[in-house]
Amino acid sequence: MNLHEYQGKQLFADYGLPVSKGFAVDTPEEAAEACNKIGGDKWVVKAQVHAGGRGKAGGVKLIKSPEEAKAFAEQWLGKKLVTFQTDEHGQPVAKILVENCTDIANELYLGAVVDRTTRRVVFMASTEGGVEIEKVAEETPEKILKAEIDPLVGAQPYQARELGFALGLNKEQIKQFTKIFLGLSKLFHDKDLALLEINPLVITGEGNLHCLDAKIGLDGNALYRHPDLQAMQDPSQEDDREAEAAAWDLNYVALDGNIGCMVNGAGLAMGTMDIVNLNGGSPANFLDVGGGATKERVAEAFKIILSDDNVKAVLVNIFGGIVRCDMIAEGIIGAVEQVGVNVPVVVRLEGNNAELGAEKLASSGLNIIAATSLTDAAQQVVKAAEGK
Amino acid sequence: MSILIDKNTKVICQGFTGGQGTFHSEQAIAYGTQMVGGVTPGKGGQEHLGLPVFNTVKEAVAETGAEASVIYVPAAFCKDSILEAANGGIKLIVCITEGIPTLDMLDAKVKCDELGVRLIGPNCPGVITPGESKIGIMPGHIHQPGKVGIVSRSGTLTYEAVKQTTDHGFGQSSCVGIGGDPIPGSNFIDILEMFEQDPQTEAIVMIGEIGGTAEEEAAAYIKANVSKPVVAYIAGVTAPPGKRMGHAGAIISGGKGTADEKFGALESAGVKTVRSLAEIGDALKQVTGW
Repeated sequence: MNLHEYQGKQLFADYGLPVSKGFAVDTPEEAAEACNKIGGDKWVVKAQVHAGGRGKAGGVKLIKSPEEAKAFAEQWLGKKLVTFQTDEHGQPVAKILVENCTDIANELYLGAVVDRTTRRVVFMASTEGGVEIEKVAEETPEKILKAEIDPLVGAQPYQARELGFALGLNKEQIKQFTKIFLGLSKLFHDKDLALLEINPLVITGEGNLHCLDAKIGLDGNALYRHPDLQAMQDPSQEDDREAEAAAWDLNYVALDGNIGCMVNGAGLAMGTMDIVNLNGGSPANFLDVGGGATKERVAEAFKIILSDDNVKAVLVNIFGGIVRCDMIAEGIIGAVEQVGVNVPVVVRLEGNNAELGAEKLASSGLNIIAATSLTDAAQQVVKAAEGK
Repeated sequence: MSILIDKNTKVICQGFTGGQGTFHSEQAIAYGTQMVGGVTPGKGGQEHLGLPVFNTVKEAVAETGAEASVIYVPAAFCKDSILEAANGGIKLIVCITEGIPTLDMLDAKVKCDELGVRLIGPNCPGVITPGESKIGIMPGHIHQPGKVGIVSRSGTLTYEAVKQTTDHGFGQSSCVGIGGDPIPGSNFIDILEMFEQDPQTEAIVMIGEIGGTAEEEAAAYIKANVSKPVVAYIAGVTAPPGKRMGHAGAIISGGKGTADEKFGALESAGVKTVRSLAEIGDALKQVTGW
């Protein structure tokens, strides 16, 4: 789960980090009022969506009057912002962040992730702020400075100093950087973050460090212990079907093909998409129904898969380990009848009582094709989707 | 020979009296695993499935001599359970539970390393040495004692590989699910090293998926250290970037962790790769001449 910039900055402020004075508003009138409340004569207005590349897409603007703030809010509220990180439909804008304008002398980068190789939270800093950091890492990896946090002792001030001096900061800035570094590390651990990015961390005209952006990703597995963060969830930024699936504890990811896939196990679900692709088909989704594959779950999974109009055929691939395939077959038959599935369904059952399961499917009188192997299933479903 | 576990391995179960713990302990006992008891705080002194229940791991180890523990407790309590097992004298911890917070695993992993405790999982099917012992949720009956070592990030994909090696008559020496989380207790390299040293293992199947660089690191390790033939499959060629594909660790981020990169690294390390998971058995036949 990701947070909006304004929510991230709220957390930054809670941890004593320097952020701009600002208000997240949801009407054009409030946008104009926010300018007056902040004061001054220059502001920045930013459309709040879960995607980067907002500036280039027109979702960030420097303005000089409250009227301009109002006009910007009118232009974007209720609309969708399309950036290079969103799909072609874009992400809906429900809030605008109005902030005072910061005088920028220099742009740095500071971020942190859980590094899988070192099994540590790793901070990354660079003098190359304000640009895509993946590109910097790719082209000039020596410009990314790193500090690993020891899980048992936490972040230490010397690590901040090492990074700060390498970034070319002066004595006063090192003090500020240390405070930011330690604050961010505390935030990362307190709130179970998965990703944290300040791009850019700027040096202002007066020479002070300032967090101009805030990108925060949360560890979904740890949300149960953070009710405050749960409340920050914005379902409008997520795919409807993915949200619906999550409510049923099903893992679903929408893709743009025409073959619906229902599989038990995440790895096998990916493997099934791949084998459909290898046989000339195009998967419409990733879906893991989990180990049980009961009638209720299979029925919900069918409903979600079929809510995508592109789906021309469905492949059900179940490896019945401990559960019996004949029981799964009954579940599939029941679900197909209940949901009223009107596209061909190819089913491959493997494992416990697989043959009995296949017999049940074959004699059900429904439009279900029982496949003899995984490859056969992929070939059959590709044919079925082509209407052959 | 085998790796990690055999018919003599004494196993306790944490979360023994719960639904999952009960069901899978019954299955393990039926398979022949030396289950010697379980731990459920507050239920010490009771008997469950004909075995003693203890309040703490320490007591269970003292009374039964258990050396391995399988964990079925809910995700929120797993860090505590892993640390209890590691500090209680257990040498092999197999954690099945899915959904453990990543930062909990960072702490647990550091402590396990410090104490010299082997941790498998979390979010995994477990470990099996066919015909001898199974610790986990895998269906025992698809396995057959034999000569292929299987290591995998995915449960159901492991079963596919097991089924194919059984159907071809090769059988398995041991199968290890290292789990689908970003911070696994053991990684491919840990298990590959054991398979390389295990005389019963004559060939290795490695099943990876998108996300992270564990497969690339394994490829470099194989090139330098593994003499046995390796067949590899990577799931997720069709996975879109930025989307988590079920497993917490299965995500392509910042252009890194794609299946193509992993296939490339493994191929240049001399590993036989297959693009279809249905071809694992045939590929083994090809590289070994069996």
